[in-house]
Amino acid sequence: MNLTLKIWRQKNANDKGKMVDYQVSDISPDMSFLEMLDVLNNELIEKGDSPVAFDHDCREGICGMCSLYINGEAHGPGRKITTCQLHMRMFKDDDTIYIEPFRAKAFPVIKDLVIDRSAFDRVQYAGGFISVNTSGNTQDANSIPISKHAADEAMDAATCIGCGACVATCKNSSAMLFVGAKVSQYALLPQGKVEATDRVLNMIHQMDAEGFGNCTNTGACEIECPKGISLENIARMNREYLKASLKG
Amino acid sequence: MSGILSSSIGRKFAMAISAFFLIVFLLQHFVINILSVFNPTVFNQVSHFMGTFWLVQYILQPILILGVIFHFVMGFVLEIKNNKSREIKYVKNYGNANSSWMSRNMIWSGLVILSFMILHFIDFWIPEINTKYIVGDMSGMHNGEFRYYTELVEKFHNPLRVGAYCLAFVFLALHLLHGFNSAFQSIGANNKYTKGINSFSKLYAIGIPLGFIFIALFHHLKQTL
Repeated sequence: MNLTLKIWRQKNANDKGKMVDYQVSDISPDMSFLEMLDVLNNELIEKGDSPVAFDHDCREGICGMCSLYINGEAHGPGRKITTCQLHMRMFKDDDTIYIEPFRAKAFPVIKDLVIDRSAFDRVQYAGGFISVNTSGNTQDANSIPISKHAADEAMDAATCIGCGACVATCKNSSAMLFVGAKVSQYALLPQGKVEATDRVLNMIHQMDAEGFGNCTNTGACEIECPKGISLENIARMNREYLKASLKG
Repeated sequence: MSGILSSSIGRKFAMAISAFFLIVFLLQHFVINILSVFNPTVFNQVSHFMGTFWLVQYILQPILILGVIFHFVMGFVLEIKNNKSREIKYVKNYGNANSSWMSRNMIWSGLVILSFMILHFIDFWIPEINTKYIVGDMSGMHNGEFRYYTELVEKFHNPLRVGAYCLAFVFLALHLLHGFNSAFQSIGANNKYTKGINSFSKLYAIGIPLGFIFIALFHHLKQTL
């Protein structure tokens, strides 16, 4: 495959940045998108140019590091996949592909396609945990009965890998799918109920402080989420938040 | 509870509550207006009752006006805040891949509805307030009969005005197609009833504006054909 790539290049956080055109040839349809970028970077390095900086780690759809807004969609045209799971067979020969970083005020660009997603970490620190004594006396796993339905829903919410595709794809850069998933995974389980009030209030407060936008229920986040996190988690978070606000 | 309106979820909740209130009002408005098609006498009587009953005039009407202002102001506040949350826009963004046009353009359909409401206020509400509270005529009469039906019919004579009304109701339908079920999501009502709620809200979003268009066209065509 021969492709034209229009890639966002930005030297550092303070640089204005611009789209730069590149040509790549002899790309195998079986390559992953990141492998295609590796090919481009090899060529750039051989020419003495600066390679395109992009995030990646596990390359098997688990870590959530790879981002990229490809042809106007977070993680490209595929569904329920991350960019590392996107293959070049999704494109046609002679295609022009736009590659941009995830855009949000809360996710500033560090370099080229690499963004700072530590805002998610700070939201997690604000309440995305349960306080347990880990000094021994391990409890029996079955001592607190949990219904299969609740366990399944909590597990579904917990599959969120914090990649930020929800923020990137939302027209308002809202992080509510991410925070909704994190709130839900604990709210659904008895262990999480003890700190439920503080958790949701603190996480929402931090989410707002980070500069994420409001959810307008377009549903784009659910469609683009590589793990299929459902909008039901946002509704559950809304209920938890209203309940917590009334409690004080 | 304090400061709930300063949070993103609190503002969305308030937006949803004001939306539900306006949706109920719209239904009530439609029920009264459709009477003008089937029974002008009853339409006159109900209009007179609504225009003179103290509970409607001095309590419900101010609440309605506050509700309308709140919904629009909060809509603008949220839109401004949302725009600020992405300072650098995408060079290429394929919104149709994952969301409906209606859901992405609530501010624009809302602005069209706001423009229509200004026209609607100039057409009906301001003259009504003037007659009742400036001139002081609470009788509702003109030339020995109730004036409401005659005034309504007169307004739908001009085809440009009828066209503007119809266009505004198309935008109202687009606004409601996303807004109605979105309001349920905002108050946290996403559950086993969601499918039914979505179907009902779609029916309402299309049916009520279509009904208003029918009323406008009916009175226009009745005069011109």
